[in-house]
Amino acid sequence: MSKVYIALQDNDESRYIVEAIAEDNPEATVIHMPAMIRIEMEGKLCVNRESVEEKMGRDWDIQELNINLITLGGNVEESDDCLNLYWNE
Amino acid sequence: MAKKINAKEKYRLFTRDLDWDYSYENRSEAFPLEEFEGIKITDWSKWEDPFRLTMDTYWKYQAEKEKKLYAIFDAFSQNNGHLNISDPRYVNAIKIFLTAVSPLEYQAYQGFAHVGRQLGGVGARVACQMQALDELRHVQTQIHAMSHYNKFFNGFHEYSHMHDRVWYLSVPKSFFNDARTGGPFEFMVAIGFSFEYVLTNLLFVPFMSGAAHNGDMATVTFGFSAQSDEARHMTLGLEIIKFLLEQHEDNIPIVQKWIDKWFWRGSRLLTIVAMMMDYMLPNKVMSWKEAWEVYFEEAGGALFNDLARYGIRMPKYSETIEKEKEHISHQAWWTFYSHGNATGFHTWIPTDEELDWLSEKYPDTFDRYYRPRWEMAKKMEAEGKRFYTKALPQLCSVCQIPMLFTEMDDPTLNCFRDTTHEGERYHFCSDGCKDIFIDEPEKYVQSWLPVHQIFQGNCGGPELDDVLSQFYRMNLDEDNMDMKNSLDEKRWKKWKGVA
Repeated sequence: MSKVYIALQDNDESRYIVEAIAEDNPEATVIHMPAMIRIEMEGKLCVNRESVEEKMGRDWDIQELNINLITLGGNVEESDDCLNLYWNE
Repeated sequence: MAKKINAKEKYRLFTRDLDWDYSYENRSEAFPLEEFEGIKITDWSKWEDPFRLTMDTYWKYQAEKEKKLYAIFDAFSQNNGHLNISDPRYVNAIKIFLTAVSPLEYQAYQGFAHVGRQLGGVGARVACQMQALDELRHVQTQIHAMSHYNKFFNGFHEYSHMHDRVWYLSVPKSFFNDARTGGPFEFMVAIGFSFEYVLTNLLFVPFMSGAAHNGDMATVTFGFSAQSDEARHMTLGLEIIKFLLEQHEDNIPIVQKWIDKWFWRGSRLLTIVAMMMDYMLPNKVMSWKEAWEVYFEEAGGALFNDLARYGIRMPKYSETIEKEKEHISHQAWWTFYSHGNATGFHTWIPTDEELDWLSEKYPDTFDRYYRPRWEMAKKMEAEGKRFYTKALPQLCSVCQIPMLFTEMDDPTLNCFRDTTHEGERYHFCSDGCKDIFIDEPEKYVQSWLPVHQIFQGNCGGPELDDVLSQFYRMNLDEDNMDMKNSLDEKRWKKWKGVA
């Protein structure tokens, strides 16, 4: 199975998003690089609105991800509550 | 209170619902470019945009990105951010960026604006329109970011003029010209898919991380801000491929041919990024080979596994491409070093620590093929005979890169291919470029090859210095030549109080 990945700018907002992703996807690998954080996982990965809101302590729209996103790999499926990355194989 | 509509419904209302049918005009006259490439579209409504971004949300988030970005530019400039970079040699990578890459952002804007008018489906048109605006934002923010460096370093003053004329800049320029003169679907496969999905990652992710690691706050900020749009572009690229493949089985061989062509063209273009990563970042993040393995082999491999169910295979020449990661950065930097009298940036011999790093990162090739050249160059420089070649390079008729590449199975032998077309002989750097020519010779016989143009007397002259200073507008002995004893280096030492 191939890996999907998402990379975020290393800043204060992303810190919460990364925490939420790591908790929701316990098998994900979090890689810190200069100025960026890359998270990768085999097959699929999800970003959940509720988990991020819990970490941030405020309302958070899933599309706010656009602000701190650097890159991603995988098919994207977005709804009001989550963003899923997956490969079909 | 009215119920808030969800993202899916909002997307439908703000895109699909804005489309209309043609009652008194022929639809094919409204979208005249949709059929000539042989692509068959049976139902545009099957187009899915996973991001479901609507124009109002687009403006909202883009405005936020811009506010953050310009606050950082101001801070960088007000606080003399250029003094915090790791090493003044680094700035030369940014000179290449401004002259080679930023004008491509403008070409991408032109390309997506054009395609955003020509595609028959409203979902695809809206996505292309947003991407066109993104690309315009990228060229603007890059010019703004680098205007600060222009105040303190040479080589930034004529980026746009140079892009149109300088020998090595015809490589990126002709790449986009080629894509934009294809039909709308080829453009989408070339730029939207091949370039955006796999190849730009290599420039905008590991190289930008490298910019951060070298203290260049302005560049990493515009880079990641641009790349945040790229995540959307990548999704669009993947969507167009899946859409074309699902629409009609006749599309599969056409799409495969474009993938073969544009992955090869893209790999060639990225040679310059390979060189920037391995030789121009004084503080290292990862080698070109490592970046290639993560972003091309792993990410691209995953992508092609996913597309296998449509009957799409890995791009042709993948085996050659895999071998090239060991060689191309070294072959390119050597070429620029030896033509350093004709470049709009400075070149140099890697330091001993850097040579050791390269030996460590390229254990199978560097010590065997490339390190001895640098040891030789060091010896010559110490004797006061810094090497500059006097010859103009032969160029490949497709990628326009000097014939600097070797056979990948014998890195001591230069790779030359040729073919004749209507009695004229054309030269190529590789089987990949030769095959592209043979498929469309009418297109590539028109290539504006800078070296040919110089010899034909179309670039001023008669001496090379006249071409460089008058036709290219390089300031001789300021923009070109070795980093050692350059004005850039002298100024840096003065700022830093170093003798």
